[in-house]
Amino acid sequence: MIGHNTLIVLLGCAALGAASGVVGAFALLRGRALLADAIGHAALPGVVAASLLMAALGGPARSLAPLLLGAALSAWLGLLALRALTASGRIRQDAAIGVVLSAFYALGTVGLSVAQAMPEAAQAGLSHFILGQAATMTEGDALLAGGLALGCMAVIAALFHPLRALCFDEAFARSQGLPIRWLDLALLALLLAVCVAGLPAVGLLLVVALLIVPAAAARLVTRGLPAMVVLAGALGAAAGASGALISTRFENIPTGAAVVLAGLLGFGAALAFQRR
Amino acid sequence: MTAPFSVSRLNVSYAGRPALSDVTWQAAPGLTAILGPNGAGKSTLLKAALGLIPADSGEARFFGLPLDQARARVAYLPQRASVDWDFPASALDIVAMARLPRMRWWGPVPRAEREAARVALAAVGLADLADRQIGRLSGGQQQRVFLARALAQGADLFLMDEPMAAVDAVTEQTILAVLHGLAREGKSVLMVHHDLSLITAHFDQVLILAGGVIAAGPVGEAFTDSAIARAFGGLPGRPAG
Repeated sequence: MIGHNTLIVLLGCAALGAASGVVGAFALLRGRALLADAIGHAALPGVVAASLLMAALGGPARSLAPLLLGAALSAWLGLLALRALTASGRIRQDAAIGVVLSAFYALGTVGLSVAQAMPEAAQAGLSHFILGQAATMTEGDALLAGGLALGCMAVIAALFHPLRALCFDEAFARSQGLPIRWLDLALLALLLAVCVAGLPAVGLLLVVALLIVPAAAARLVTRGLPAMVVLAGALGAAAGASGALISTRFENIPTGAAVVLAGLLGFGAALAFQRR
Repeated sequence: MTAPFSVSRLNVSYAGRPALSDVTWQAAPGLTAILGPNGAGKSTLLKAALGLIPADSGEARFFGLPLDQARARVAYLPQRASVDWDFPASALDIVAMARLPRMRWWGPVPRAEREAARVALAAVGLADLADRQIGRLSGGQQQRVFLARALAQGADLFLMDEPMAAVDAVTEQTILAVLHGLAREGKSVLMVHHDLSLITAHFDQVLILAGGVIAAGPVGEAFTDSAIARAFGGLPGRPAG
């Protein structure tokens, strides 16, 4: 029997998974999937800073919104740093991602140890951001995740044709006069939103998997983009829900790991039944 | 009559190394082959003119207008190797991308645009393969999908980057037939090309590049042994005309 709280957590994680799958499909085809890893790691200093600030101001320590805002701001800084590093062309994207994600993560870890020396309120639940703990999801968090999922899907649907053209052939799309910068920015914003929203449930270490694994699995077994996107969303939702269920049943298993392992089952099945 | 395409004082460099120096050239209507050795700046000329790579200086005009005011009349056919052909799409999906400026951005592709895409696919002999996944097409068929996509744009000027590189005989014949069909309709084509043997029989003009303009004009005047020798540096094994 599934209780009310568990149901909330399941639905919230399913919505997050669906949004990740849909956004991840485009990120994968655009060659931007690893940015999710940079975003996840770059979010940590922001989460820590926001919680320290909340503690200093005497605000509610367990409220999620300021922490997510901090996460988004610091991830955005990480992306700006990434762009600055790659702008000259001397540092390649993969090297820059490595530098940025480790730098921000190291900074966040130092901040975390500072927070741990502080009174209880400042560090409550912060470590959940690393490995993910969906069990603490409230009804409000689940609603937020659901709304986010719907929003992401609406944006993807509204930009479907230009995004597809951009992912397949940037030069051609550009020659047609499509607003490449804005399309890429929209995709990046979606990626950022999904990663940040997924942090408390899945954790920053594994949020990248929620974006890549369902999309990569769906790509193996589908022939057209609409089918790939729908399947990636469905796989993401299934992985999110089943991972959340596992981690609420077995308290010791972090949600992030459970979600990713559930997703990998789907990926394994896709590998076995991939199109030729 | 305004030239379909012109560039003036175009300079392009990659990481400080000049790729094109001071190119000023005007295309006459009809079929133009852009020739030159590897690294001569042939593809660079097309890309810089279309704003796909930054130019250091200079400008390109299409029918006398800047690109933004003439985009609907210009079609671009990139090199086949520039994209991932494992992309989840059918031949029809790809060709229909040509109709994007006439479509809303969401929902199914409208019937009229799908029909236009099918007509273009038929024109390159791929009517039967419209629904095939592009990764399962041969290299020549993929090249023809790109040609069909350019045709489906309904343009008056076509910039083609090596569409005849490493293709089968059927594809080569199809492309040549399409080129002559376009010329008959009064359209213009600038095609980056490498096979000197086809020039005299199939093209009206040449632009011979080697970092800058070596020779340009009607095939009978500009496509000379000495121009080829200067552009290719007297490389052995090149047929001279």
